Amino acid sequence: MSSRAQVYLLGCVLIILGIGLVTYKSTLLGMPIIPGEYQTVWTIEAKVEFQASNDPLKVSLALPKNQANMQVLNEVFSSSGYGFTTEKIEGNERAVWSKRRANGKQSLYYKLDVYRLVGEVAHLPINFSTQIKKPEWSGSRNASLREAAASLIAQSWLASADTRTYVVQLLKSFNNPNNKDSRLIRSALEGRSQVQMTLELLAMADVPAHLLRGIFLEDDRSRIAAEELLEVYTGERWLVVNPRTAEVGLPENFLIWQRGDKSLLDVEGGTASRVRFSVLANDVPARSVALTQMGDETAALVDYSIYSLPIEQQSIFKSILLMPVGALLVILLRVVVGIRTAGTFMPVLLALAFIETKLFNGVLIFLLILVVGLWARSYLSRLDLLLTARIAAVVVLVVIIMSFLSIVSYRFGFEQALTVTFFPMIIIAWTIEHMSILWEDDGPVEVLIQTAGSLLVAICCFVVMTNYFVEHWMFNFPELLLVLLGIIIVLGSYTGYRVSELLRFRHMPA
Amino acid sequence: MLGFKFDSFMSPGKLKALGVLGMNRRNIEFVTRHNPRHLYPLVDDKLNTKRAAQAAGVAVPQLLGVIETQRQLSHLPELVGPLQKFVIKPTRGSGGKGILVIGDRDFNFYLKSNGSKLGLLDLHRHINNVLSGLYSLGGKPDSAMLEAVIEYDDVFSDYTYEGVPDIRIIVFKGFPVMAMLRCATHSSDGRANLHQGAIGVGIDIRNGASLYAVQYSRPIEVHPDTGKSFSQLQIPFWQQILQLAASCYEMTGLGYIGCDIVLDKRVGPVILELNARPGLAIQLASGKGLLKHLKQIDQLDEQTMALSAADRVDYLLQHLC
Repeated sequence: MSSRAQVYLLGCVLIILGIGLVTYKSTLLGMPIIPGEYQTVWTIEAKVEFQASNDPLKVSLALPKNQANMQVLNEVFSSSGYGFTTEKIEGNERAVWSKRRANGKQSLYYKLDVYRLVGEVAHLPINFSTQIKKPEWSGSRNASLREAAASLIAQSWLASADTRTYVVQLLKSFNNPNNKDSRLIRSALEGRSQVQMTLELLAMADVPAHLLRGIFLEDDRSRIAAEELLEVYTGERWLVVNPRTAEVGLPENFLIWQRGDKSLLDVEGGTASRVRFSVLANDVPARSVALTQMGDETAALVDYSIYSLPIEQQSIFKSILLMPVGALLVILLRVVVGIRTAGTFMPVLLALAFIETKLFNGVLIFLLILVVGLWARSYLSRLDLLLTARIAAVVVLVVIIMSFLSIVSYRFGFEQALTVTFFPMIIIAWTIEHMSILWEDDGPVEVLIQTAGSLLVAICCFVVMTNYFVEHWMFNFPELLLVLLGIIIVLGSYTGYRVSELLRFRHMPA
Repeated sequence: MLGFKFDSFMSPGKLKALGVLGMNRRNIEFVTRHNPRHLYPLVDDKLNTKRAAQAAGVAVPQLLGVIETQRQLSHLPELVGPLQKFVIKPTRGSGGKGILVIGDRDFNFYLKSNGSKLGLLDLHRHINNVLSGLYSLGGKPDSAMLEAVIEYDDVFSDYTYEGVPDIRIIVFKGFPVMAMLRCATHSSDGRANLHQGAIGVGIDIRNGASLYAVQYSRPIEVHPDTGKSFSQLQIPFWQQILQLAASCYEMTGLGYIGCDIVLDKRVGPVILELNARPGLAIQLASGKGLLKHLKQIDQLDEQTMALSAADRVDYLLQHLC
């Protein structure tokens, strides 16, 4: 097979393979091809408030964990002036803020983003204590209470078939305002909350149960208290029950904050403490949703992908994955169009720098550094330095120019120029060296042509690399790299004319 | 760039019909395919070229000395002391960069062809730059060589301004294919590079007569500095020049090269340097494309390919032109 046929074969195989993988990922794994698909993400903010009185403070807040129906995307703690740590006590995670002394009203914040898992059956983990703690209803004073409860329990028992129906019956009769026994129990347990009373009743009925705290996710709710539900053990699994309505099952929009009877908030050294929640709905691209769902399934394409990296590395990859796009563009512009640039892939690095500095500033800074650098380099050339030393001197010069730019722009209040440090310094130093030799050999016109060419290519790369769709595709479908590779290989054997040659040979006599 | 009209572009189809070789095709089908990479040092380093040429009996300008290290540089006075005129060249320079021509001496001063005076210290600095790689590809450390000055044939004196006119011949598989004369002008600053404003004169490969001339890719009739018409130009020793070019194939083993030949008044044609990636401007100067000729040679049988350099030139003149 001729090398040319091999090139086309390899190129086509790579392109088809890449497109195939992209198709697989978008159709079977649900990764959206169009970046504009949204899903609701809930932002919940917990605000802890209390009065401090110059004593050492220790605030501990239960954190939502073991979500059955929700996925936590992100959490943020604000702890201005407080020491902060998270600790695990008996499997429950708690945030702990501490401070030697504080005075007056204090506020601490904890914020998290969650979204609801679709089609997920809510099974809560069963490894929870099923021990039953009987309430303190002894003594002759409570004889009528015991009797009323026993009667209620016996009636429910007879009217039920299993634990589930038993609990529902019990709650229904207890919530019935016309039930005599219920009224008696309620008056005897005066001062306790509905949930507390129900828990005690369930304990008397020998049903393992505990408290379930959480929040109903509804948009734009602020300063609400945690909602309290119950969990009862059926012998196989834990069931969520609403003590007020006797409805069984986890409500769809309920975010479980804490399971068990431990306190939600502990404040040592403060008074009048409380925690209040605010809920806000945001529409976020469906990509994040697809990502986490994929993380649960064992799709090798995802398991061994960049999504398995920590968020910070992912964001680095985001720009690394854009480089091949720039490289392809450089090849197109050089091989097919025939634009002359200073240094083959220098424009791609320049474009990356422009992404950090914004285009207009970037071009301005680049030209400024180039002009000052060329001027300084023309003096250096008279000093008879060795090449390496001269380049190093230009590197130092470039750094000085950058620092100067940053300081001056900061003084004048333009903060954008500060990101000038992202400029690839060594590359710019070489560009200056290259341009200055070019100036001596081929004159300023050639320098202008190459500078303009490099800038043009860099701007093209910038436009493509910052394109919303390109960014989305490259990051979410890195398989496209195979397609790029295929195109590059095929372009590498392009023997046709360059657009610039159509211009160059325009005076050829026919 | 905004002022361009669409018709200022040549259509690709028309260019193809003219047989014009483009940069991409040159790189893939000729340079990469016919020039093995390991042979490049032979042409990229002028000192290697010179040694190979001497070994093969190919005429080159006389080598007067080589300076490869800073240590050798301290012996510069002894080296240039007895010389009246000489050329300093970086051995791995390209495009005529870093070439310093000393045409005469005036006591302790060295005179450049444009009349400016240089001291020994200036020579020292220039060679130092050469050694540090200022003029070499990729800035690699280089060495400098001293060569005899070419005294070009009188036939060219009206066709050049300051610089030495050289003849660029494209040699494909040992067959000279296309030739042009490169004449320096005032605007090219005495250099023979076409993109700097030198004039390219297409030469008829059969007889060494001029065909056509261009400056900055546009047709031109007379030399802008001397006013001499190119139509009267006829290069002497043409057969000898073609044979010299053809012999570069055996000498280097490179299938697609550009030979730069100068015509010295006393010694006749000599090889100045060789280029493994010769440019495409020769097509503009000749007013015709290279492809047709290259394809013709590509189809020759093995017997013809086995001919000696002199026989190849004969074959070329009889059958291919």
